[in-house]
Amino acid sequence: MSSELTHLDRLEAESIHIMREVMADATKPVMLYSVGKDSAVMLHLARKAFYPSPPPFPLLHVDTTWKFQAMYELRDRMAAESGMELIVYQNPEAKARGINPFDHGPLHTDMWKTEGLKQALDLHGFDVAFGGARRDEEKSRAKERIFSFRTASHGWDPKKQRPELWNLYNARKAKGESIRVFPISNWTELDIWQYIARENIPIVPLYFAAPRPTVERDGLLLMVDDDRFPLKDGEVPVERSVRFRTLGCYPLTGAVESEARTLSEVIQEMLLTTTSERQGRIIDKDGGDASMEKKKQEGYF
Amino acid sequence: MTDPVYVTDALIAEDIDAYLAGHEKKSLLRFITCGSVDDGKSTLIGRLLYDSKMIFEDQLAALEADSKRVGTQGQEIDFALLVDGLAAEREQGITIDVAYRFFTTEKRKFIVADTPGHEQYTRNMVTGASTADLAVILIDARKGVLTQTRRHSFLAHLIGIKHIILAVNKMDLVDYDKAVFDRITLAYRAFASEIGITNFTAIPISGFKGDNITALSDNTPWFKGPALIEHLENVEVGSAADEAKPFRLPVQWVNRPNLDFRGFSGQLASGRVRPGDAVRILPSGKTTTVDRIVTLDGDLDQAVAGQSVTLTLADEVDCSRGDVIAAADAPPEAADQFEATLVWMADEAMIAGRAYWLKLATQSVSATVQAPKYEINVNTLDHLAAKTLELNGIGVVELSTDKPITFEAYADNRTLGGFILIDKLTNATVAAGMLHFSLRRAQNVHWQATDIDRDMRANLKNQRPALLWFTGLSGSGKSTIANLVEKKLHRMNRHSFLLDGDNVRHGLNRDLGFTEADRIENIRRVGEVAKLMSDAGLIVITAFISPFRAEREMVRGMLPEGEFLEIFIDTPLAEAEKRDVKGLYKKARAGQLKNFTGIDSPYEAPENPEIRIDTTAMTPEEAADLIIDRLLG
Repeated sequence: MSSELTHLDRLEAESIHIMREVMADATKPVMLYSVGKDSAVMLHLARKAFYPSPPPFPLLHVDTTWKFQAMYELRDRMAAESGMELIVYQNPEAKARGINPFDHGPLHTDMWKTEGLKQALDLHGFDVAFGGARRDEEKSRAKERIFSFRTASHGWDPKKQRPELWNLYNARKAKGESIRVFPISNWTELDIWQYIARENIPIVPLYFAAPRPTVERDGLLLMVDDDRFPLKDGEVPVERSVRFRTLGCYPLTGAVESEARTLSEVIQEMLLTTTSERQGRIIDKDGGDASMEKKKQEGYF
Repeated sequence: MTDPVYVTDALIAEDIDAYLAGHEKKSLLRFITCGSVDDGKSTLIGRLLYDSKMIFEDQLAALEADSKRVGTQGQEIDFALLVDGLAAEREQGITIDVAYRFFTTEKRKFIVADTPGHEQYTRNMVTGASTADLAVILIDARKGVLTQTRRHSFLAHLIGIKHIILAVNKMDLVDYDKAVFDRITLAYRAFASEIGITNFTAIPISGFKGDNITALSDNTPWFKGPALIEHLENVEVGSAADEAKPFRLPVQWVNRPNLDFRGFSGQLASGRVRPGDAVRILPSGKTTTVDRIVTLDGDLDQAVAGQSVTLTLADEVDCSRGDVIAAADAPPEAADQFEATLVWMADEAMIAGRAYWLKLATQSVSATVQAPKYEINVNTLDHLAAKTLELNGIGVVELSTDKPITFEAYADNRTLGGFILIDKLTNATVAAGMLHFSLRRAQNVHWQATDIDRDMRANLKNQRPALLWFTGLSGSGKSTIANLVEKKLHRMNRHSFLLDGDNVRHGLNRDLGFTEADRIENIRRVGEVAKLMSDAGLIVITAFISPFRAEREMVRGMLPEGEFLEIFIDTPLAEAEKRDVKGLYKKARAGQLKNFTGIDSPYEAPENPEIRIDTTAMTPEEAADLIIDRLLG
């Protein structure tokens, strides 16, 4: 019998190798945990990499207070199950000023996420942060390194990234510099789904279709997840069978109408769909064509 | 055109579970595409993504709009725009870095490294090739085999890629002429055999029109196949060959959740392992057997090359990160001197004699590189004499490490033969290297064990050996203070020796000048002499400008912990220049002295010296007393 490893086996082995390699040079690593499906896979891989030890770093959730309720529930459950410390950080300035996605547009992402992340990393002195970004997500990410260096002010200079050869990662850094490490860089959306199915990894139920209260705005179907959602005159939430392909702040995340209630059906729908995963995300489109690249230079994950 | 290589949506729609079961078993092939700027590389990759339905409607809409705005294909879709990622590149219309793309066919999943084709980016191509099983070399049918084609092929071969596809592109622009294709294939074959590529597959294609990509094209009835995708799907690669080799596991991390469990985590570089197998830990050479292969999903009865696992061993043997667990009856060698090929990747040229960090598998050691035996011109493949390697330079060098590393020739094992060099100050990855073999002299020149050791010699002198390393600008007061220190030690019946910079240059180092490389060699020799003297039990005092941090750290590394005391004679440049005891600053300012530290050659001040002497705040006498206090106190 051939023992040839499948593509999922090889991706898994590579991700585990990356995580263990980080432990050689990192003084205070942390895993960024956004509660989405990519984070779920990354956390699962971390548990595999260090078993029977628990992963030797905490989870960090940079919260905006505007995530879906179901995300907060799964977050707390997974932290407890993995035996890892969970650090939740909310930018105090954004909180004090009441920054929200309805009134503040791009400032919402900038303050809660970009600034919040930088503050949290500085506050705890984390020198390495694992992130769940994938190269197939977006054009500028296709060129991202697995070990991505950030200056002391968290800036990203695409021209100064280190070449990565074989599976050798150079994780040496000067004081003040930090590294973002993307262990699932080489996974595609289909790989993620298939691995979730194979390994039976818990994910937020919002990925599956169910009747949910929604309104249609600017071509997006938004879910009215709590009573902070300001309805416009004449706007009435309509119950639709919807699910989400990616999860973020609920007022910024578009749902798709769907009947897919099982993992197989979700994957089926994904394979037959004609739009990309990030299409329901508002964030990529602010500032035109090179928007994600610009955000990264500013320090967004 | 119906494509048998891509699943019809019908199967997914009808029986998703059957589809997924099949998909889960797919293998993975990683390949690179290399071509010159206008060979249509991005167009080909865009085409592969497009055909495999990796492009969605929203992306397609953006693509159509972009194509009309900035595309180079008139009103038609410009596939290249799909893959040219960064904003700067899109404006320039060139690809400037390595990008990774993903697509899937019915048989395989693919990861494509898209590597740039122009002159200055050897670095990126080597990076992309290092993880690839196969290379697609693109040629523009109108242009034939170019200098760049030769370069790309050489690099692919150098990095050890065994499968080469020669994709003769833009066949639509030469009317699908068989004669053109045959002529190019023949020319390529002649060149390929010259550099040792014995086998390649030539395919006439049009990335733009889609000929011979997924299926054989009616436009080339004379071509019997395979089509590009068909070949990519069927080429035999990967783990089988690695599994047949002896077992090696470089240890990444020691897993100690509690006192009862001690596991060794790592990814198998080659071979296979089962519980009960006899293994040898390197470099110690201790043998034991594998007890368990531990994973979250339960213990395994075997693990194979490529898998990441955690092993427990039957005996309590020393084993930590950097060690290699290997088949007991076929262990790899350890050595500290090698011949290797280096690809230089940094803007700053290689400095012979300087110590760099060398990372190979999970081992990190300090390594110095000799001046290249020769540099290889990647265009002509000529061997040229060279003193150094510049960015994108490739050369064959000898290098030595400060302690033995466990290795195999790169040709036998990529993991235990491929390494990177890291600059100790900037932490940049400056080179990629491939080990050829260890040098006999390291193997056969053994340390002669002597019966009287350094402790016995020092005890007889009733002192602890030390190296007082003075560093500072010319004229800062190093020699003056060093001399005072030695006089005081002598009075106290201590056995010492003062090595003075100028004096050493009259004898031992009379063959050295003041270039950066010569200065490094100067310090290396002085370090070695100081080390021998400290082995003799002496308190050694040295007074050298020693301007580079890296070399001072190198000497520190030669001595036992705590015996190297770095003494920074901190005199500001203006003050030293004002004193100008030897009249050297005046000469340097007049341009009569080249490479003078502080004037036209840098001085890198110590960051954490053991002792810092501010000569503007104390007299030489006071400084000498302070140093003696620190040494003996």
